[in-house]
Amino acid sequence: MSHIVFDKVGRSFSRGGETFEALRDIDLEVCDREFVAVVGPSGCGKTTLLRMVAGLEFPSCGSVRVDEREITGPGPDRAVVFQAFALFPWKTVSENIAFGLRCKGIAAPERQERIARYLELMGLSGYEKAYPHQLSGGMQQRVAIARSYALDPDVLLMDEPFGALDAQTRVVMQEELIRLSRANPRTVLFITHAVEEAVYLADRVVVMSRRPGSIAEIVDVRAVREQEGWAGHDRIEEVMDQPSFVKLRSHVWRLLRDSVPDLRKAA
Amino acid sequence: MLSVIGVFAFFAFWHGLASSGWFPPRYLPSPVTVVRTLLQLATTPYSGATLWGHLGASLVRFGVGFLFAAAVGIPLGLLMGWYRWLDDIVSPFFEALRFVAPIAWVPFAGLWFGTGIGGPTLIIFSGAFAPCLINSYRGAKFVDKRLVEAARTLGASGPRIVAEVLLPASIPSIVAGLRVSAGIAWQSLIGAELIVVASGIGYLMVQAQLNVETPIVMAGMVAIGVVGVAIDLLLRLLERFAQRHRRL
Repeated sequence: MSHIVFDKVGRSFSRGGETFEALRDIDLEVCDREFVAVVGPSGCGKTTLLRMVAGLEFPSCGSVRVDEREITGPGPDRAVVFQAFALFPWKTVSENIAFGLRCKGIAAPERQERIARYLELMGLSGYEKAYPHQLSGGMQQRVAIARSYALDPDVLLMDEPFGALDAQTRVVMQEELIRLSRANPRTVLFITHAVEEAVYLADRVVVMSRRPGSIAEIVDVRAVREQEGWAGHDRIEEVMDQPSFVKLRSHVWRLLRDSVPDLRKAA
Repeated sequence: MLSVIGVFAFFAFWHGLASSGWFPPRYLPSPVTVVRTLLQLATTPYSGATLWGHLGASLVRFGVGFLFAAAVGIPLGLLMGWYRWLDDIVSPFFEALRFVAPIAWVPFAGLWFGTGIGGPTLIIFSGAFAPCLINSYRGAKFVDKRLVEAARTLGASGPRIVAEVLLPASIPSIVAGLRVSAGIAWQSLIGAELIVVASGIGYLMVQAQLNVETPIVMAGMVAIGVVGVAIDLLLRLLERFAQRHRRL
């Protein structure tokens, strides 16, 4: 059991003597083993939300809790996959995956076994001795995902993980993430600005508006997905051709668009 | 090409000046005499040892002081880059002591550690320490923040982050610091030997000065320069090696 609660969370920064509000009044609950995607325009504070759960930033007011415990700092129970991969360039693929396991004090035999399992699962077998710079962007992100998953975290935090990848690689990674999260369900908070990606991957999509960042609407995708049987399709484009998918996607798009002029008036 | 011409012009000028008869050869020997003296010193002992003996004594002191400075300065710099409290404690002392030039340590070093290995080692240490510490500190401060965050979210403790993230990320900066440090160490060493010790290349030169043996003094200077260049070359190789193995 692990679920994330944002309770009336606000966050303001002061820059050059001026205070500005990045997030206001965020109330959100991510249930155990639920996949929640957050979409929004750049600067809406969606990455800040994720960093608060990771324990890398803290709210100015309200509280962020995981399993009813206030977050006080980073921990391996909440693994993060960063947009820029953040692999250690001086470590090989298996050393990168081993790092978190060693921090956790997992003994060598089990470590080796876990590394091998996730290398296999992410299609990285044969690359264990390669250095990150020898791999393509997609491969590097697989290593980063394997590094996080191998820790067996309760919560998986993904900050635009496919943002730096080209379109084809992105699609492959999305399909693999679906496969992985079906085999190994986790509580996932997934940040993206790609609407299709959010609707394809998530159980619920949180649409955010800008300045100060707040939740515009939460769209339930899972109900539609189960009703329309998207899971029967292996390929992303088959799902995306479904009328039900198109309808949801347009709905999210409209929400995003609507949020912009409103905020112009407010500013 | 130009530098080759420059070197030739310098020696030609020197040779011309020495053979002009304007200065007594005792005070201005020709380059040929200096080279001949250098070769002679390599086989004939002067002031208790041959050139090799003196150089060896100097290099041992240099090596000990330099390694000691690196062994203390690099870890301390990295730790100061991570632990704010350590930075706050050490910085004032460090900032103040930085302005005490290595040569200004000579009287103190002589009184406390004698003229054998201890005194000169302290003087070399005082010169070599600062660049080691500053460069590892800066390396640690300028590490890609995302890598530090990744390590923290993977559950790494402070010491582990210092050893496995800050240290490898700072290698290029540290090696650059070692190069500066070795240069200063070698210079301070000769300074120290002029004053406090009874062997080494600096001591050889002081003895030659007392006997007004200018060719030997100049031969010593040449030897210092050549060894200094050799040390720098070695560290430059290390620098290139470190860069090549920085997998990015």
